[in-house]
Amino acid sequence: MSSWSTLQAEMAEEGYVASDDLAMALHIALSLGRPLLLEGAAGVGKTEVARVLSAIRDTDLIRLQCYEGLDAAHAIYEWNYQRQLLAIRASAEEGETGRAVESRIFSEEYLLERPLLRAIRQEIPPVLLIDEIDRADEEFEAYLLEVLSDFQITVPELGTIKAVSRPIVILTANGTRDLSDALRRRCIYAYVDYPERNAELAILNARCPEIEDRLSAQIVGFVQAIRREELEKTPGIAEMLDFAAAVSGLGIADLNDDPAVLGATLAILLKTRADRDAVPLEVAQRLAGKAA
Amino acid sequence: MSRVTRFAARDDGPAARMAGFMAHLRSHGLSLGVGACDDALSALTCVDAAKPEDARRALRAVCAGTKEEAEGFDALFDTYWLSGGRVRQKAVPTQTPKREQRSSEFSKEGAAGGGGKAESPETDPGAEVMEMDGEGRLVASRTSNMMKKDLRDVVAASDIRAAEKVAERLGAALRDRRSRRRKSAAKGQGMDFRRVVRRSLATGGEPLRLYRKTRPERPMKIVALVDVSGSMTVYARPFLAFLAGLMRADPNADAYLFHTRLVRIAAALRDEDPMRALNRLTLLADGFGGGSKIGEALEQFAQGPARRNVDGRTVVIVLSDGYDTDPATRTAEALEKIKKRGAKLIWLNPLKGWRDYAPVAGAMAAALPHLDLFAPAATLDDLAALAPALEGM
Repeated sequence: MSSWSTLQAEMAEEGYVASDDLAMALHIALSLGRPLLLEGAAGVGKTEVARVLSAIRDTDLIRLQCYEGLDAAHAIYEWNYQRQLLAIRASAEEGETGRAVESRIFSEEYLLERPLLRAIRQEIPPVLLIDEIDRADEEFEAYLLEVLSDFQITVPELGTIKAVSRPIVILTANGTRDLSDALRRRCIYAYVDYPERNAELAILNARCPEIEDRLSAQIVGFVQAIRREELEKTPGIAEMLDFAAAVSGLGIADLNDDPAVLGATLAILLKTRADRDAVPLEVAQRLAGKAA
Repeated sequence: MSRVTRFAARDDGPAARMAGFMAHLRSHGLSLGVGACDDALSALTCVDAAKPEDARRALRAVCAGTKEEAEGFDALFDTYWLSGGRVRQKAVPTQTPKREQRSSEFSKEGAAGGGGKAESPETDPGAEVMEMDGEGRLVASRTSNMMKKDLRDVVAASDIRAAEKVAERLGAALRDRRSRRRKSAAKGQGMDFRRVVRRSLATGGEPLRLYRKTRPERPMKIVALVDVSGSMTVYARPFLAFLAGLMRADPNADAYLFHTRLVRIAAALRDEDPMRALNRLTLLADGFGGGSKIGEALEQFAQGPARRNVDGRTVVIVLSDGYDTDPATRTAEALEKIKKRGAKLIWLNPLKGWRDYAPVAGAMAAALPHLDLFAPAATLDDLAALAPALEGM
């Protein structure tokens, strides 16, 4: 059996620097066959975990994006009504009997698979990512619990569809509302935080190896300093990577070289007007100077 | 490891010790089911359980369910597994508490012979509970009378129930009809075409029955911030009773209290036992009756929880008298931020009920332009009377 550090190394190969806690939680979730619930601020790489895992396992990634008002028809299955209707019209002209028509239009051919149903019908266990579960309504959360514990879905016209293989389930949440205790209890839990300096450096090196060490240290130090400011929207890892790509794309060797460029690229990190006002160029320059 | 747990000798195997650990976690407020122990043991088989750090991470992943629990887990883990022999009596289920009690009595009298191994005698937690039971003596027949009293007298569980009714009424007054999605309904403005087509299959493709959909009602979410600083102490407990009622009536509501900082109390207030909820609250409200920093607390709220929880479908209720040691501009800025998230702002001031009251306190005057509603609230009746005003919002 592979240990959690092996998993961590495998993830690193795919360009994801996972903290010890995260790697351990993921390892246990995989070993016990339980869903993994990841919580944390936006932009710390929760969704990315699923993508990397599917790459490591070489399986499909099936994603269900939750939103307010998400219902069974969009998450599980739906009949293709228009096609059924056409089939009925066509069969009337061919003189097919009612019973034959009925069994035909309620066959799998007319069933539209949505992510949850698709996930449990794969031969190779896929990674099922249920993104931002806290955006979905509570009724949906309750239904999801049922699917996650039994891994079977009942379609009244077809009967119960059992899971061919158990998908690896990853749920993400960023605290739009409190999740129910029942859901938390069924999941392995990990809180994903903004990475420390060294971890973030490792992430930057893994994603943008072409950036020189000195500049990448500067970039990470600068972004970490900005996170400590009082902002409405704290820049995440994705923003840091964008910022690094922009800086290196402009061919800059040192953040302190050109204030104008720093000011222009700042737009990638600070995305509201209030935040721009909170970190004027002088402050940014000071932070960048310290970061070196 | 140099530190060795001494209790290992007297209980029987890892399973029992893990069960003890689960009991230990439960006694510290983690909600763990019966299966948690099983999960924890199977998790340990997947890792190198002899390494404390690995075991700690594995157990944390299994047992913790929220950020707070994950952060507090390390300390709980240390006290149980690396405690150097001190164990909470509760955590070891195999021992009969009666025997231990007797042995402690013996040692008190000095009559115990050679033993000398008496555990540190803990005071029976039951005794405290019994004493506290005497508190809730106000009987239901006086409830109607209570409605007229100044809120500061309300502490009993029955009044939380009364407050719950008021809170329910307020919640109902805040229902909103602005949902953009449509749900099928017997009477509605629009046609539910998918359903019409789907049902027409039964009638050979002829749409005999017409189905409709409508915009469902969506309740507004209530977030309450209550000031428990020195000047508000007399009103704070009744407001907290109201909040306890609100929390129990509305699962979506959220509550915070503040004096010099902001503390989230929603979880504590949802305790099944209303009196215990108030007690848990007392523990959280460290600094109760101290100075007030309304500006800073509101700022903290605007910066932190508001960013996640406050949107256009939220009503933020501030219960405070507006006497602040922070500069008034801070309060105004924080309120502006909250307002910008689209929320409705209500400020309930117990002093406003007084004759000749004018909002001259700096923070109050600065807050006024940002408020959707500024109302008095000193009794339950006052709170109940808010309902019509809320309906109009």
